[in-house]
Amino acid sequence: MAMISCQDISFAYESNIVLSAVNFDIEEGSYISILGENGSGKSTLIKGLLGLQKPIKGKINISETLKNSDIGYMPQTNAVQKDFPASVYEVVLSGRLNNLGIRPFYRKQDRENALSNMEFLNIIDIKDCCFRELSGGQQQRALLARALCAAHKLLILDEPSSGLDPLVSDDLYQLIKNINLKQKIAIVMVSHDIDRAVEYSDYILHLQNKQLFFGTAADYLKSDIGKIFMGGRK
Amino acid sequence: MIELLSEMFSYTFLVRAVIVGFLVSICASLLGVSLVLKRYSMIGDGLSHVGFGSLAIASALNLAPLAVSIPVVVAAAFILLRISENSKIKGDASIALMSTSAMAIGVIVISMTTGLTTDVCNYMFGSILAMSENDVYLSVVLSIIVLILFIVFYNKIFAVTFDENFSRATGVQAGIYNMLIALLTAITIVLGMRMMGALLISSLIIFPSLTSMRLCKTFKSVIICSVFVSVLCFFIGVIISYLYAAPTGASIVGINIIAFCAFSLASMIKNKKGGVL
Ligand SMILES: Nc1ncnc2c1ncn2[C@@H]1O[C@H](COP(=O)(O)OP(=O)(O)O)[C@@H](O)[C@H]1O
Ligand SMILES: [Mg+2]
Repeated sequence: MAMISCQDISFAYESNIVLSAVNFDIEEGSYISILGENGSGKSTLIKGLLGLQKPIKGKINISETLKNSDIGYMPQTNAVQKDFPASVYEVVLSGRLNNLGIRPFYRKQDRENALSNMEFLNIIDIKDCCFRELSGGQQQRALLARALCAAHKLLILDEPSSGLDPLVSDDLYQLIKNINLKQKIAIVMVSHDIDRAVEYSDYILHLQNKQLFFGTAADYLKSDIGKIFMGGRK
Repeated sequence: MIELLSEMFSYTFLVRAVIVGFLVSICASLLGVSLVLKRYSMIGDGLSHVGFGSLAIASALNLAPLAVSIPVVVAAAFILLRISENSKIKGDASIALMSTSAMAIGVIVISMTTGLTTDVCNYMFGSILAMSENDVYLSVVLSIIVLILFIVFYNKIFAVTFDENFSRATGVQAGIYNMLIALLTAITIVLGMRMMGALLISSLIIFPSLTSMRLCKTFKSVIICSVFVSVLCFFIGVIISYLYAAPTGASIVGINIIAFCAFSLASMIKNKKGGVL
């Protein structure tokens, strides 16, 4: 059974419909890339999947085995205020909060997990630095590390590579694929990089205020939409 | 100095006030960090006005002031939280509306009943003499509860303060923790209001955290630094108020202003290039 099943869902902001008639399933352990131009409703859909925004139409069925506390999330824009005092370590560790349940304090394994994710993303050297004073790319990696701390079954990433330079971005795709394969964590990732999306993911969801395409990456390449957007590059 | 302190502490009322003030200063500074960062400072201000209104009504009806104010202010805190979460209504305007209304009702009740007695003045500007023995016990118990709850929920409070959406998305009950923050704030404000006065209590919440944010870069260090700043400013303020017979609340705020300026100066010197306050 699918972890999350979206049935004909639509989203609106103040009766302004921005995304309509979306139908797709997120299977356990699958890797879905969401493509589409700016303003096509990708982030809105992500918020819907996370329960942060209610669809005005349709239903999002979430399997009983998937709890919110199994989900890791990396937002697109970092809504964190410019002047927030927090160290990188404090930010990353807060990703483990959903593991605590009613326990009030972090355990040794929580701290170790946070540290190993920071090591993974190469931000261990700046663990005591102030989050707000980091470069965009470093902040991005800290937020990704936090998402990794929180993810047990599903990792939802909204344009994770937007602030990264190309080399780091390569590593990032590799890393996400590894997480997907080794830890069997399903990935839902918004991306602007069509080539990499097709290369790494199992399924493609293409949005343009409605669903243009949902299917396997191979089918996407063969589809008309896929051909147009790939621009005959392959 | 030691003579002065032993002289001060020979007055039981002062000892009481210092104990309560000390605990309330700690609570206020802890919660202040979260309130300032969540942009909820206005709620603190609004609550103090509601607190004034309820104290006025309690004294008009001859009821125990704390027993009446605490539930009223807690209820107001939940309403204000709702208002500021719901962006469709103009949040800050509604808060201003509610707080001035409560203030006005309080003033009307007072002028129709007791008139402008010292009691009423004390609610406005604070007095160290205002606390009865029972008030002290209740205040000590409540502020210790506030402290314990804050420590127990520290990690959760950090998470919902830092990024509420992430917390919600990953299964943390952000709404409950927002309510917890509002509840603790309401209690702290009522407890501190007698000493600081309705007009000044919110500065006890806002100043120490803003002051320590000048220099501290991590959440934990900001929290710890605010506690020290708050307690230190409180003690110096009380001593000054005793020495010069100045109003307690105003003296404490005055010291807080000095601390804020000192920290701002230090942070300006520390990163010489940015002279931004
Ligand atoms: N909070 C909001 N209030 C009103 N409109 C919004 C809001 N967020 C996004 N929109 C609008 O919804 C549309 C889709 O936005 P979004 O989902 O962020 O697109 P994408 O992530 O694909 O760039 C855009 O036209 C945007 O202007
Ligand atoms: Mg987006």
